[in-house]
Amino acid sequence: MNQGRNLFRTLVLILGFAFLYIPIVSLIVYSFNSSRLVTVWGGFSTKWYGALLRNDQILNAAMLSLKVAAISATLAVVLGTLAGLVLARFGPFKGRTLLSGLTTAPLVMPEVITGLSLLLLFVTMEQIIGWPAGRGMTTIIISHITLTMAFVTVVVQSRLSQMDDSLEEAAMDLGARPHKVFFLITLPIIAPALMSGWLLAFTLSLDDLVITSFVAGPGSSTLPMVIFSKVRLGVSPDINALATILVAIVAIGVIVAGFTMSRQQKQRERDAQMALAANQQMIESVKKG
Amino acid sequence: MATSPRATQQKFEPWTDPDAKPYVRIEKVTKKFGDFFAVDDVSLSIYKKEIFCLLGASGCGKTTLLRMLAGFERPTSGKIFIDGVDMTSIPPYERPVNMMFQSYAIFPHMTVEQNVAFGLKQERLQKDEIESRVNDMLNLVKLGQFAKRKPHQLSGGQRQRVALARSLVKKPKLLLLDEPLAALDKKLREHTQFELINIKETLGVTFVVVTHDQEEAMTLSTRIGLMNHGEIVQVGTPSEIYEYPSSRFVSEFIGSVNMFEGRLVEDEPSYVRIGCDDLEAPIYVDHGVSSAPGATIWAAIRPEKITISREKPDATDNWTAAVVQDIAYMGDMSIYLLRLDSGKVVRVTQPNIYRHADDRITWDERVFLQWYPESPVVVTK
Amino acid sequence: MKALLKRAGLQGRSVVAAVPYLWLLLFFLIPFVIVLKISFSSSLIAMPPYEPLLHWTGEKVLQIKLNLGNFAFLVEDNLYWKAYLNSIWVASVSTFFCLLLGYPIAYAIARSNPSARNILMLLIVLPFWTSFLLRVYAWIGILKNNGLLNNFLIWIGAIDQPIQMLQTDFAVYVGIVYSYLPFMILPLYANLEKMDLTLLEAAADLGCKPWQGFLKVTLPLSLPGVRAGCLLVFIPAVGEFVIPSLLGDPGMLMIGKVLWTEFFNNRDWPVASAVAIVLLLFLVIPMMYFQRAQDAEAGGVHR
Ligand SMILES: Nc1ncnc2c1ncn2[C@@H]1O[C@H](COP(=O)(O)OP(=O)(O)O)[C@@H](O)[C@H]1O
Ligand SMILES: [Mg+2]
Repeated sequence: MNQGRNLFRTLVLILGFAFLYIPIVSLIVYSFNSSRLVTVWGGFSTKWYGALLRNDQILNAAMLSLKVAAISATLAVVLGTLAGLVLARFGPFKGRTLLSGLTTAPLVMPEVITGLSLLLLFVTMEQIIGWPAGRGMTTIIISHITLTMAFVTVVVQSRLSQMDDSLEEAAMDLGARPHKVFFLITLPIIAPALMSGWLLAFTLSLDDLVITSFVAGPGSSTLPMVIFSKVRLGVSPDINALATILVAIVAIGVIVAGFTMSRQQKQRERDAQMALAANQQMIESVKKG
Repeated sequence: MATSPRATQQKFEPWTDPDAKPYVRIEKVTKKFGDFFAVDDVSLSIYKKEIFCLLGASGCGKTTLLRMLAGFERPTSGKIFIDGVDMTSIPPYERPVNMMFQSYAIFPHMTVEQNVAFGLKQERLQKDEIESRVNDMLNLVKLGQFAKRKPHQLSGGQRQRVALARSLVKKPKLLLLDEPLAALDKKLREHTQFELINIKETLGVTFVVVTHDQEEAMTLSTRIGLMNHGEIVQVGTPSEIYEYPSSRFVSEFIGSVNMFEGRLVEDEPSYVRIGCDDLEAPIYVDHGVSSAPGATIWAAIRPEKITISREKPDATDNWTAAVVQDIAYMGDMSIYLLRLDSGKVVRVTQPNIYRHADDRITWDERVFLQWYPESPVVVTK
Repeated sequence: MKALLKRAGLQGRSVVAAVPYLWLLLFFLIPFVIVLKISFSSSLIAMPPYEPLLHWTGEKVLQIKLNLGNFAFLVEDNLYWKAYLNSIWVASVSTFFCLLLGYPIAYAIARSNPSARNILMLLIVLPFWTSFLLRVYAWIGILKNNGLLNNFLIWIGAIDQPIQMLQTDFAVYVGIVYSYLPFMILPLYANLEKMDLTLLEAAADLGCKPWQGFLKVTLPLSLPGVRAGCLLVFIPAVGEFVIPSLLGDPGMLMIGKVLWTEFFNNRDWPVASAVAIVLLLFLVIPMMYFQRAQDAEAGGVHR
């Protein structure tokens, strides 16, 4: 019976992961297809990678996207950390519910609505105060910050609510003023959460199509916008090549992260053993003493 | 340091001296969370070099009171003075007070050394002064060789010492400890109790300790403040609290006790007689009691203050008959549960003085219980 | 001096709270007010292509023109109604299939051995880190008439003519389920993983068969996870634009597509705004529900 359950579990996992990964694998395989008809195998070739590297439109869009993603992720981490801190540590205050609503709503808000509303805001602001003049990188960055800071807020808030808040009180008790407590205690402890928040924000920004399409001006096409306009017309092998490169980057990132994590894990296990031994020593000394 | 800490404590009783100035004064402090009174109109005086224990069941408001001393909570009303200075609205980072947290709250990203140095760095002291004070403190708590370790490389007992060292290194006027020993196992806990007393003697710091463990409070403290539902119900030395409880609650909270309900049948200034339906003879107490005539009162008698015998006493007071219902052998002593004719069960402890006692009192025997006139404590509430 | 310092401390706190607050008010809340405003305006051939709603007429008299025409238009033209209802239908069906697929996966991971769990969860969220657009695009290659799936089915002899799969509702369901599956699995897994397994042992000890234990203990306890997962899939799926435009029939009515078309192709900003407002009204209840769940999960009120 137990075996039956194990079998069921394995089967579910195999089917589930097949569903998740076959599309990605197919993208990669056909990026090396020399035939233009993506799904008809015409022999191995890397010519689409060459074509991709010669495609200025895609390269420019990729540059713009990377720039936007780096800037907006960084600012989103700053704003999201502040919001997470306020929600997790400032206790109940007037307007807390509104703030927490404003930070979670972008998580689920359909992007067409967010995009349209941001565009209308920018147009109105331009009419009233003359800024932002026209739409382009600035408006894209502002929009991406608004979208991604919600994710950072959630990550930071949940990390903070796991953190023992007597750590911060202890620092204050030892004479550190609130801002020092934040920089000396809170920030170092939640740093890993900030890192993953930044990566999340970066990825979301790099990936966003709908909101960006609303707020981007005519001269500023991001990578997803270029990809979308190309794939709308059907499959195109250089997009497969692009996808493969992206997957490779992510895979490398994950392997590196996994490697360092497992090293830290081993370190922790060693430390735990040491602590255990120390405990033993302590008990011995108490017995003697 | 040849004298034992207990010996010095016996002579140390500043609270009996009307001229002594309290070091910490808590005046009518109340803390409400919403409509809930976590601390309710508490007034306390704590003297220099005391180890003052706040004792009470979980949830009775001990931590909240301690956190108000540290400055993490503001009293809803009332004032707190430390060394004569009104501290009520001073933030924690400006108080001459340090706290050891129940969770220890050791900074996980710093080494033992950095943890202990943290408070001194906030005072912007010279580097070499910080270093020497940290070293001294680590040696005092016997952690010298662990200075470079990270907290997760330490055992529970070592963490407790780091937390202690970190809060002591700033030479606070007042050290607050929230359940300092609760996370340690029994052996280590007993050992550390005596160490805490030693450290207090060495450094001359005043301690306020929160605990829910009465044994711990008894061993550690110069005085105990017993709390219930946010109120202080009695303040006194461990023996005062044990021998002279002021209410049924106190006598039942500390140790075990047999409580007999009755009313005064004779009320003289030098003695009283209490009629009690559960007992065959009245209770005679060798001092006067202030109580309204006819009101219900209680006589509390500790289990070790009752003796068991087979012969019927020929006294008119302070005895009753009983049947042995249960005996628990504890090694150093035995606990007897005895059923009175009324059905009430009385608890009696007897030291096991003899190794082989062939003629021990045993199950279902009919026996007589007796106590001295000074043993019952009469309480009116 | 002390009071001054304290005031400064209090102000420091206010500044910390004010920065994200103002940002979100300016760039998230006010935009909705503007959308609302413009949904009541009428369209113009100009830039911006709508009539201002507030007018200073002569002697400092503020005139507010409310044009309900856009909303009337949404009611009269049954295209919009069909689009709203169809979007909700598509989102519901996709959410259902996401749950059907996601629950066993989350369950299987939560009950596999602890050292494998993290790796398996990593594999679940990994696709999320690669481009969403490209993953949807991958399905074009699979579902096409001469795509992978049809070729495979012909090769095993299940069919002899390719079936039309791309540009059907089926393709949209597949696309949504595929893209949003991790959002279903994550909260479910978080819930199932922290469940106390001795509860099941206790149930078994009291005479429950394993499947009864699942139905009577595991399933009810996992309902918060189910709820969070479903909302996380349903709400964004209602307004989905990319998946129906890449995989669905060009004539397929989804409200996200309608909004997009009104805005980009017809350049009718007031109607697009009215569409957004009505869509928001449809979603406001599930969103508040989600917000409440989220707040409870994050340990909203502290200590
Ligand atoms: N920040 C708070 N908000 C609301 N109630 C609280 C808060 N802190 C403590 N309490 C309540 O006050 C009571 C006393 O708590 P505490 O002082 O921690 O008790 P103790 O330390 O004696 O166990 C408890 O009932 C607790 O729930
Ligand atoms: Mg407590």
